[in-house]
Amino acid sequence: MKTPDSYGSSGSYGSYADYATGEPVVDAKAPTGPIAERWDTRRFEAKLVNPANRRKHTVIVVGTGLAGGSAGATLAEQGYHVVQFCYQDSPRRAHSIAAQGGINAAKNYRNDGDSVHRLFYDTVKGGDFRARESNVHRLAQISVEIIDQCVAQGVPFAREYGGLLDTRSFGGVQVSRTFYARGQTGQQLLLGAYQALSRQIAAGNVELHPRTEMLDVIVVDGRARGIVARDLITGKIETYFADAVVLASGGYGNVFYLSTNAMNSNATAVWRAHRRGAYFANPCFTQIHPTCIPRTGDHQSKLTLMSESLRNDGRIWVPKAKDDDRPAHKIPEDERDYYLERIYPSFGNLVPRDIASRAAKNVCDEGRGVGPGGQGVYLDFADAIKRMGRKAVEAKYGNLFDMYQRITDEDPYQVPMRIYPAVHYTMGGLWVDYDLQTTVPGLFAVGEANFSDHGANRLGASALMQGLADGYFVLPSTINDYLARNPLESEVDAQHPVVREVLEETEDRLARLLAVDGDRTPDSFHRELGEVMWEFCGMARTEEGLRKALDRIPQIRDEFWRRIKVPGVGEEFNQSLEKANRIVDYLELAELMCLDALHRAESCGGHFREESQTADGEAERRDEEFSYAAAWEFTGTGAAPTLHKEDLVFEYVHPTQRSYA
Amino acid sequence: MKLNLRVWRQRNADADGTMSTYEVDGISSDMSFLEMLDTLNEELILKGEDPVAFDHDCREGICGACSLVINGDAHGPERTTTCQLHMRSFRDGDTIDIEPWRASAFPVVKDLVVDRSAFDRIIQAGGYVSAPTGSAPEAHATPVPKADADSAFEHAECIGCGACVAACPNGSAMLFTSAKVNHLNVLPQGGPERETRVLDMVGQMDAEGFGGCTLTGECATACPKGIPLPSITAMNKEWLRANRKVSRG
Amino acid sequence: MAVSGLVMLLYLVVHMLGNLKIFFGTDEFNGYAHWLRTVGEPFMHYEWTLWLVRIVLVLAVVAHAVSAYQLSRRDIKARPTKYVHKRKRASYATRTMRWGGIILGLFIVWHLLDLTTLTVNEHAVHGEAYQNVVATFSTWYGNVIYLVATVALGFHVRHGFWSAAQTLGVGSAARDRALKTVAGGLALLLTLGFVSVPVAVMTGVVS
Repeated sequence: MKTPDSYGSSGSYGSYADYATGEPVVDAKAPTGPIAERWDTRRFEAKLVNPANRRKHTVIVVGTGLAGGSAGATLAEQGYHVVQFCYQDSPRRAHSIAAQGGINAAKNYRNDGDSVHRLFYDTVKGGDFRARESNVHRLAQISVEIIDQCVAQGVPFAREYGGLLDTRSFGGVQVSRTFYARGQTGQQLLLGAYQALSRQIAAGNVELHPRTEMLDVIVVDGRARGIVARDLITGKIETYFADAVVLASGGYGNVFYLSTNAMNSNATAVWRAHRRGAYFANPCFTQIHPTCIPRTGDHQSKLTLMSESLRNDGRIWVPKAKDDDRPAHKIPEDERDYYLERIYPSFGNLVPRDIASRAAKNVCDEGRGVGPGGQGVYLDFADAIKRMGRKAVEAKYGNLFDMYQRITDEDPYQVPMRIYPAVHYTMGGLWVDYDLQTTVPGLFAVGEANFSDHGANRLGASALMQGLADGYFVLPSTINDYLARNPLESEVDAQHPVVREVLEETEDRLARLLAVDGDRTPDSFHRELGEVMWEFCGMARTEEGLRKALDRIPQIRDEFWRRIKVPGVGEEFNQSLEKANRIVDYLELAELMCLDALHRAESCGGHFREESQTADGEAERRDEEFSYAAAWEFTGTGAAPTLHKEDLVFEYVHPTQRSYA
Repeated sequence: MKLNLRVWRQRNADADGTMSTYEVDGISSDMSFLEMLDTLNEELILKGEDPVAFDHDCREGICGACSLVINGDAHGPERTTTCQLHMRSFRDGDTIDIEPWRASAFPVVKDLVVDRSAFDRIIQAGGYVSAPTGSAPEAHATPVPKADADSAFEHAECIGCGACVAACPNGSAMLFTSAKVNHLNVLPQGGPERETRVLDMVGQMDAEGFGGCTLTGECATACPKGIPLPSITAMNKEWLRANRKVSRG
Repeated sequence: MAVSGLVMLLYLVVHMLGNLKIFFGTDEFNGYAHWLRTVGEPFMHYEWTLWLVRIVLVLAVVAHAVSAYQLSRRDIKARPTKYVHKRKRASYATRTMRWGGIILGLFIVWHLLDLTTLTVNEHAVHGEAYQNVVATFSTWYGNVIYLVATVALGFHVRHGFWSAAQTLGVGSAARDRALKTVAGGLALLLTLGFVSVPVAVMTGVVS
């Protein structure tokens, strides 16, 4: 068994922030030339694997969400042998299923001036100029193919009476490019991918391991050759080998404890990959969604998002006076502050997510918040009901109103809804090159698990687009190149010292979690960490706060390893053990997020540093110093990581300060 | 509020199970049912006892993981998923019985967790459209009448939770199977595989050991997504049609 | 199940209508009973048609019973562990399909022994159908057995007819109300029609 030092970080508090800056990281795969031709160029230059040889290649895919499900199905269709994992009991339950709003595509079916270039432009600008132009352009190009693919699979998108696909405008963009299936677009797209995957499972091309959680990556001779995973039913820890490993394990929003992520969404796969050599890029870029249902008490286990389409017709306000505890209907019109309409007269309630979220935080910090704990603002439909009639409001938002009423027991047709921002999506993730390969050869990351396309802020209805673009189209075209250039090796020997070591480390970690037998539950640590992160690395960040968090996190980690209590044994279905093991990784990742937030002394997108704002309180980006993606290299638990910068070059979209006033 | 819980405890698939009694106090009516169970589990862990295992994930009613029979009702007294059920549906001092889905095709894994992989195998048998990536025609090449698209969507809303099976006195999976058959068979994209889909999926459903349908309607009453009972009728029609077509060659 | 059930249902409707002939007196009823044996002549021999109907009915009953048995076995196997917390389930008609079916099966046996073979009939004279019927309903047990069976039949038909429509795929959301009304109407009509005979005997309208 290891000494406590390799788990905790006793004695090294404070030194974490003394990171070193290493060599810049370069995307060697990115083609040059006119941007519209780069994807074609890359596809042509990528080597192919002879169809007859593909079945000899095994590819591990971790996760079955939009990115993983579509990648697994497509790779299997191409003839590869796919071994796929998910912690859920069925691939159909991956958290992509909860996405509500829609999926963007530059189809221009409305003839409203949309184009691939406009979607590319909007996404680069929306990401506050912290994403790669080449990647984003590819995403916009592929977006049109995604819709074709999904329709062919039988995804029941909303349609017009003429039988053609309906679209709507979403998230404040000026074109109607969002395809949707009522408020359940993520569900329908995921089921499409799940069905395609099911077909390949039935055909014997995909070997599925449900209720199996990846706990580490096996890197042999500098290449990813497999994973260590635990069967969640029997508790058995086993190794699986392959020629390439694809991580499609989603985002890390659950570091915050309360988020809109599923309860079991976790960062273990990406964090373990990071520990094995994959750089982690822009970990501080977190999206906080403005329209979530506020928490009701300490028992709260997760937060529920309501589609931001509500902001199209609802008006957001708080009382003008501090600590005004009158019920909403008793507050006269002239004592209400419709603060978004006041501060941003041209965009009003439709300002981007990060701006709406921060404004809500500001008014609550001023003591003008409403509801329990003053952590909420009103989203009022009274005017909309007056203008459109209750029937029309019901037709448009009925399911959201029902959901709100079910959770809060308040009738939003009678009293204004209360909303508050919540952690929703993480733009950061494993650093990948144009081929979606991490810095570990043979290890790929797709979907929310990578950092590539959204920069510092993701636009609404773009997550589904990116997940499916990566899984259906990008990875299946780029992974060939890796497999073709790296000739088949004999299978990894299970007795190889590296394999034994990774396996033993994993077993050791779990055994230690069980052995501590302390006096605090896993949830209590998770909650404590979440509170620190929300306070210091949430909607607004300061150097002082981040330094506090960087002091505090190692202490929590230390306490965790002394006081955690995990009942039961490892060789059984043990949900407490699963949870505790995920928290081990949150406790390390949280520290990196804070460091990244501390080092990026500018405001951009979802990352707002109070020190970097304009005179009127708007985010101020500092391109001269920070026009790069920050890719961090792991050097040890609690040890300062090394920063590798990837310079961002903007040839097609000229960086400007965002302005929504 | 204070509640008496009687919970099915079963160490693993092979062990015998029994109803165990627990008392929880300080439950807020704003809690979800699963948060109430979280509270119980926190107490059990601190006491060094094994917490109650139950499936859950998104906690917003869409992933289909949660699966409790509460006082004899799949997902409890409201028409929703267990995760969206709130404690305000109960009263102080209530005794609540919590059991797993019961069906031989859904064997218990531990406590309240069951194995629903039979549903995945039904989908694998034909619940898809064979449209390999890259082979798709332009999305507007085939218009779909709005009524058909809406009908497909209503059936596609199924979250695969298994409440239909749990509620059916016969442990039948007809509503689940029919939801997918109708989703795909009503669309032109699903047309070419229309017959094999329904025959293979029903065949797999039978092979998994689900009970037969006697149209009691319990499934549709329990379904948190409101998949209607006539969905089963429509599948029967598809099945008869497919049999006729196949026998005619 | 659906097909055999519908065959029997069709027979029951005819049977019930035939029964009502009892209200037209001894001669007409006995004449009707005799006619049943000569239907189809001269093409058919004496009682051939009747036997043909009987064979079809036996096949339907057997098919119905075998499918019911298989379905029940399968259903019970599909839920080996019962719920601890019992609750009231479904409508009365739905819940009683299985028991109702068994009651009806037993009744058919008794009914044949009573009014076809006349084994247990008090009057027991071939060709005197009217008197045999009156004899049956002059005993308390004859009435009780018949009334219980008729009520069971009503419930069975109410769910069975609608259910058969679903199995055969003719139901739909739009048609559901109509189907349920027809099922209820048929059940009520059959029950009332059959019940009217013992009631008439008991009240002395038929004697």
